[in-house]
Amino acid sequence: MSRRMRQWKARLMVGLLVVAVVIAVLPLILILGMLLYKGATSLNPAFFARLPVPAGETGGGVGHAIVGTLLIVGAGAAMGLPIGIGAGIYSAEFAGTRLATITRFVADVMNGTPSIVVGVFAWAWIVATQKHFSGFAGSVALAMLMIPMVMRTTEEMIKLVPNSLREAALALGYPRWRTSLLIVVRTTLPGIVTGSLLAIARVAGETAPLLFTALGSSYLVTNLNQPMAALPLVVFTYATGPYQDWHRLAWATALVLIVVVLVLSIAARLATRQRFHGS
Amino acid sequence: MDETNGLHGRSRGDILFRLLLTAAAVAIPVLLGFLVYELFTGSRLAIGRYGFGFITSSTWDPVAEQFGAWPLILGTLLSSAIALVIAVPLSLGVAIFLTDFAPLWIRQPIAFVIELLAAIPSVVYGLWGIFVLIPFLKDTTFPALRDTLGFLPLFQGAIYGQSMLAAGMILAIMVMPYIMSVSREVLAQVPGSQREAALALGATRWEAAWTAVVPYARSGIVGAIILGLGRALGETMAVTMLIGNRHEISTSLFAPGYTMAAAIANEFSEAATDIHLSSLAYVAFALFGVTILVNAAARLLIWRVSHGRPSGGEGL
Repeated sequence: MSRRMRQWKARLMVGLLVVAVVIAVLPLILILGMLLYKGATSLNPAFFARLPVPAGETGGGVGHAIVGTLLIVGAGAAMGLPIGIGAGIYSAEFAGTRLATITRFVADVMNGTPSIVVGVFAWAWIVATQKHFSGFAGSVALAMLMIPMVMRTTEEMIKLVPNSLREAALALGYPRWRTSLLIVVRTTLPGIVTGSLLAIARVAGETAPLLFTALGSSYLVTNLNQPMAALPLVVFTYATGPYQDWHRLAWATALVLIVVVLVLSIAARLATRQRFHGS
Repeated sequence: MDETNGLHGRSRGDILFRLLLTAAAVAIPVLLGFLVYELFTGSRLAIGRYGFGFITSSTWDPVAEQFGAWPLILGTLLSSAIALVIAVPLSLGVAIFLTDFAPLWIRQPIAFVIELLAAIPSVVYGLWGIFVLIPFLKDTTFPALRDTLGFLPLFQGAIYGQSMLAAGMILAIMVMPYIMSVSREVLAQVPGSQREAALALGATRWEAAWTAVVPYARSGIVGAIILGLGRALGETMAVTMLIGNRHEISTSLFAPGYTMAAAIANEFSEAATDIHLSSLAYVAFALFGVTILVNAAARLLIWRVSHGRPSGGEGL
């Protein structure tokens, strides 16, 4: 091939790469745009505060699902975060131990487990033994999803702490646990909080693990021992249902869900970037 | 082992601290073991009755209590394959562009925007797919495909909208950020001397990227693709909402199908008999096994390129 031909080929290929970038960025714009277009008009105080009306009637809101999501995700975080953060500190602070290696490997395996499989697990463990669906079973499934994510981010954050910091504290006579908690963990606290926020953001949008654990409900339920509504479940039910008004509510609910998820994850990412990558 | 202990040896606080952390670290393997145990006991009934024939049988009849997962397995593989065929060239193109060609200031923003796709909940993709993507495909893309490529059995037959192809396309959008960001990381690990050597020999920038940089990172890129495959195999909600949910095998991509994850999502809370539930748990067990193998392979390949350095914030 002549030099000129090769240069033209290079130009053509780079042009194709640019086209690939445009196509890759397009879905995000289309999805967010459609959510705003279809969902924003339905957002009013009644939408947030009211409960669903009987099927086929118009109006009603998703107050029950907002409460449900807060409770289910909150309980899940209360169970999942301590285990995830604790295990993360362990495998960073005792990095060479066998347990650290095993835990790290298992966490990676769990990270790749489909969320629907975790739902089946929570069903078999909680729902099948208690013989009824419950928000708590949903929380257990979400905690299972959160643990490996939080563990890995905590570990990565703690690894960034320079060893000299640890040594300085130990040299001053600090016991090991105070060094870990007051020096190492405290230095990385923003990073750990970020990791936790990201994990919460991810599971808040999960539907599959809640389908046959929390199940859904059209009433305002605050007892975690009963079937509960959640925002992603509402989107699923309303989107696949037959009524026009349900579709309208599905768009609005999805908009609320995505705002929550994106605000959490963008805030978390920006915070980490500033702290650990500089600019 | 405990070289990190303080000068004063173990204090009571140290012991307690280590005990608590150890408990948390032990909890993770224990939970996974428990998950495997629960999946196994849940599916024992179906394993006992159907054995491995479950995988090859294609009857799924809850009334007659006959269950076979072949259409589900095939549907899972097919929808994931469609996703990869679409997503791999796109994400690889973006990754190459971002590491070798894009102006520095634009790299981070583009990567950030595409990675945001990974944050969108699956059910929102499903909603968008039902009301935006499917009507669009049904009116424009599918008829066009049938007119031009209709000689292939893949693109023949009636167009319903909800179909294997629609599910594959939404999956493509969903796995793209994963493949893109891991490929970008492995491409960034390629030593600059690779590129410089090719350029010094008179290669164009494209030739340097394609013949010197990409081959060097090949196994890592394959790892990224397999990681994307792992995501696609287990993806549930968006697929359930777009694939049409029919236990049938069809040669046409315009026809509705089913996947393992979608069948579990749809039928689990409505299953009336123990054997139906157990069969679905068996499907979940099989799905779990497959995704573990796929993910382990992916991590091994990525790890080889990065020479043991962690990559993607989840290195080995």
